[in-house]
Amino acid sequence: MMNKKQFPREEYFAPGHRGCAGCGASIVARMALKAIGRDTIVVNSTGCLEVFTTPYPETAWKVPWIHTAFECAGAVAGGIERAIKALKKRGKYKGRKLVVMPISGDGGTADIGFQSLSGALERGHDMVYIMYDNEAYMNTGVQRSSSTPLFASATTAPAGKISKGENNPKKDMAMIAAAHGIPYVATACISYPEDFMRKVKKASDIEGPAFIQVLQPCTVGWGYSTENTIKIGRLAVETGLFPLYEIENGDFKITYKPAKRKPLKEYIKMQKRYRHLTDEDIEILQKNIDEKCKLLGLE
Amino acid sequence: MVTIAAIIYEPGSTTKNKTGSWRTFRPIMDNKKCIKCENCYIFCPEGTIYEDENGDFKINYDYCKGCLICVNECPVNALTSIREEK
Ligand code: SF4
Ligand code: SF4
Repeated sequence: MMNKKQFPREEYFAPGHRGCAGCGASIVARMALKAIGRDTIVVNSTGCLEVFTTPYPETAWKVPWIHTAFECAGAVAGGIERAIKALKKRGKYKGRKLVVMPISGDGGTADIGFQSLSGALERGHDMVYIMYDNEAYMNTGVQRSSSTPLFASATTAPAGKISKGENNPKKDMAMIAAAHGIPYVATACISYPEDFMRKVKKASDIEGPAFIQVLQPCTVGWGYSTENTIKIGRLAVETGLFPLYEIENGDFKITYKPAKRKPLKEYIKMQKRYRHLTDEDIEILQKNIDEKCKLLGLE
Repeated sequence: MVTIAAIIYEPGSTTKNKTGSWRTFRPIMDNKKCIKCENCYIFCPEGTIYEDENGDFKINYDYCKGCLICVNECPVNALTSIREEK
């Protein structure tokens, strides 16, 4: 295996885009496209990624790409998939597998785009839905979403004298997607590129809907310096806060097991959105994680 | 002039925008130390680290924003950083 290139060298995501230095969302897009390759059709609902990759008349995408409103990535992707099927019947795209890849943030997935996504999953459209999860509405200025974790400060859930920031636990989108009984669901994190890219590739080979929730730290919204994007993602996984798994035809499998789970405090202390937390608060969060990890068999 | 349906016909055209001017720190690659683990290559949010004809990784400073993820993720300190001089 000497000198074998680990990662494909083809680039389908161009530089010059307006993502912040150290942006996790660009890493998601770049890796996902490397995993699937050029026969990808991207359906991008409103959000950071859409805005910073397409300052008109420029685009960072080197594959077909369409912008949709926040609400309808699932619906538009479903329509494209049916159109491809119809064209194939008429003899187009012979021998090619075109992959429809809706990609939306946590707001576009867990909140505003939820119903069209749920409809698309239930109808069984062949697609690879990617939820790039940075745990708030970063594009418009860090407003909380239903994917914002407990006690994280956001501009619409600010920490202060009375409030500890977000007061609801993070919505579990991967499990909600799994409840639709679709053939493939996975969680991933940009800090584990082999794992993430393998899952994207697998999802693209599977017939029917696949849903991948990928965690990507955000320098601005989480409050840390740009070089730590990958490090913080790794800590989210190593602490057990964001477990990496896949559910294939109903079979649940952990795909990465930390040798020994790190204390959550290491993760919390690196981010300004958590700087108001006391040791007791962190203890509450740690207990929540311990319980969840027990359920998933991640002791 | 806006095109009909705001269609953009030129793929990857953000390359017209040289984001290298954003940098306050500059990553420097020492190819003698590099073990080609590909960490910097895959983690760069700009995709601005490339392989030259000898198979060595190089940084395209036209687009590098100086986030220093590459420096942070290099296991053998083949990447270091200096302050950018204008
Ligand atoms: S500093 Fe950031 S943008 Fe520049 S080469 Fe390194 S990872 Fe890429
Ligand atoms: S991270 Fe360091 S060792 Fe790995 S390829 Fe880049 S420069 Fe070389």
